[in-house]
Amino acid sequence: MAENNAVDRSKMTIGDEVVVSMDSVNKWYGHFHVLRDINLEVNKGERIVICGPSGSGKSTLIRCLNRLEVHQKGVINVHGIELNSDLKNIEYIRREVGMVFQHFNLFPHLTILENCTLAPIWVRKMPKKDAEEIAMRFLETVKIPEQAHKYPGQLSGGQQQRVAIARALCMQPQLMLFDEPTSALDPEMIKEVLDTMVALAEDGMTMLVVTHEMGFARKVANRIIFMDEGQIVEENEPQAFFKNPKNDRTKLFLSQILDH
Amino acid sequence: MAETKKNAGAYQGFVRTEEAPLLPPPPSETGITGWLWQNVVSSCADFTSIGASVRSLLMAAFTVFVAWLTVSITWSLVDFAFLSAVWSDPEGIKREACWTEEQGGSLPNGWHGACWPFIITKMKFFIYGPYESSELWRVNLTGLIGLVGLVWVLIERLPYRRHVGVFLLTGYPLIAIILLTGGAFEVSYGSLSITALVGLGLISIGRLSRRELLGDTMTTFAGVFGVVGWLMVIYAGIMMVLSADVGLEAIDTNDWGGLLITLVVAVTGIVASLPLGIVLALGRRSNMPVARILSVVFIEFWRGVPLITVLFMASVMLPLFLPEGVNFNNLLRALIGVMLFSAAYMAEVVRGGLQAVDKGQYEGADAVGLSYWQKMRLIVLPQALTHVIPGIVNTFIGLFKDTTLVSIIGLFDLLGAAQSTLADAAWASPVQGHTAYLFIAAVFFVFCFGMSRYSIFMENKLSRGRKH
Repeated sequence: MAENNAVDRSKMTIGDEVVVSMDSVNKWYGHFHVLRDINLEVNKGERIVICGPSGSGKSTLIRCLNRLEVHQKGVINVHGIELNSDLKNIEYIRREVGMVFQHFNLFPHLTILENCTLAPIWVRKMPKKDAEEIAMRFLETVKIPEQAHKYPGQLSGGQQQRVAIARALCMQPQLMLFDEPTSALDPEMIKEVLDTMVALAEDGMTMLVVTHEMGFARKVANRIIFMDEGQIVEENEPQAFFKNPKNDRTKLFLSQILDH
Repeated sequence: MAETKKNAGAYQGFVRTEEAPLLPPPPSETGITGWLWQNVVSSCADFTSIGASVRSLLMAAFTVFVAWLTVSITWSLVDFAFLSAVWSDPEGIKREACWTEEQGGSLPNGWHGACWPFIITKMKFFIYGPYESSELWRVNLTGLIGLVGLVWVLIERLPYRRHVGVFLLTGYPLIAIILLTGGAFEVSYGSLSITALVGLGLISIGRLSRRELLGDTMTTFAGVFGVVGWLMVIYAGIMMVLSADVGLEAIDTNDWGGLLITLVVAVTGIVASLPLGIVLALGRRSNMPVARILSVVFIEFWRGVPLITVLFMASVMLPLFLPEGVNFNNLLRALIGVMLFSAAYMAEVVRGGLQAVDKGQYEGADAVGLSYWQKMRLIVLPQALTHVIPGIVNTFIGLFKDTTLVSIIGLFDLLGAAQSTLADAAWASPVQGHTAYLFIAAVFFVFCFGMSRYSIFMENKLSRGRKH
């Protein structure tokens, strides 16, 4: 499946600028040590897939990057700004980091267009007209401009997730976080969402994706990170990662998800 | 599977060659027959066994009994209120118009009906209480402006609804107060000016601290300074307006009564309880310990005491604690009591709504960079309040009916006014009380049923196209 349609790699360039750096990050839920000594640097233009068994801390890791979760030890820098309790920093980083959730989290009381224009209008203080123009452009990118005046509840899961991607893009973020974007979708809708994400990668977006879609990882990622029990266990380029995983836990995980 | 079916090998599978026909539903599903079947007959038509037959017969008997009860109660009510009722008193004989021959009147013995001339004569008192007769136009004008504004806001097709709504919440209360009381409040312009100046000062401090010019601690509390400052300035402004002498005769609130009092108390309570309740509910779910504890204490205190106690405390106890010479208006005290009381209830209703909003909505709002207040105002509250419209309207209706309790502290609301007219010997008759209470019940029913229907309409409107 990975090779049947080629990915245009012309704009996928990895820059020198460090977008995210995590330095010895630790996090606990009560007594449970959920992130253990995480060190990670992400450069501009990188497409990183994070995988691992459930409960391994991969969602928690990316949720720390826009402070939906608070880490207790270590330093996280996003765009050179340190994430700490300072509200100003948090607000700044959330403006620059887009996020797509497993359950879409669209606002059900607003139309698709309003979902997309809300943050640009209120957070970026953009005039309504400009915001709508941008929103329509991104709705076209995700191929559902004709649904703009419907409510989220009237759309299929795949369409809703594409709207969620458009909503995040409307803030024109420099980094996109995907938290299992296809896990809540029916099988026939996964492809349309993945296609949207591939297109985004082809456009040169920096992406951190938590997913079990290994086809997507093979095709798009430049690095794959495998996590288990709150630690980064193995990290490699896709080819090497799939062909000869070094850690036993990686081997076990890959055998479980690939051989069935 | 194929082997287990019939003889192995002979099984051919199944392929549909013709479309199965689309048939109309059986008569038991649609139309009047369908309705009767589903709602009446189906529960008493099962005679397949002895037990089922007994159950069916019992259900049939019970159905007939309930039908008879409904018809007979409705009939006696209609008979009392309309068919047998006395409608007019052309001879001006007052109470004798509603007397039977036995009692010295002209109606047949055993007659039982409403005495409407009594209500018609007392109508002015039911609506306005002892309000000055020559000044009734002021009450009417206030009511008319309020009614037009309310209808305007409630009907969706009309333009400028938002503006009218803002006027109803800002300008209208001032106009109403001036019209109803006559304005020209006695105020000390000196202290008002000081209040306004201090308020302006606080606002400036808030502005400066927001720009981080006064240190970190001040930056954190910039919002508090701003809010308190604005409240002081607004208070001073309102009092200045109310002190203006517009040439209307002053009418003491002790001369208000009837429906006027009922509506003043109910509308103030309803309008104030929702925003106060929202603030309290947000406070109770806040991460800030101070805000949370204050909200919890407030809510639990007011929910823990009966409204009657609150009203008694406000009218009897409060003056004991106030310094001598400081005298709060009796109506104002009742208003504040009712307002705080219903705010506590409203807070719990709203909190229920906040809890029903999915955690993902909070995260979605956070992730796109909305601030706390933007998140609450644009994302969370619209959904939370829609979830709890039935609860909110329930509280409104409860509050509306609870206004009758203010008669305990000497305010003549609709019920109090009606009761006081019962003492009028000129209309004394066995049906006097029945008629008055029926009338009061009808008035309350109209208001409460109206609120109930509008809430159902709102629920349907808001749920359209927004299913998750």
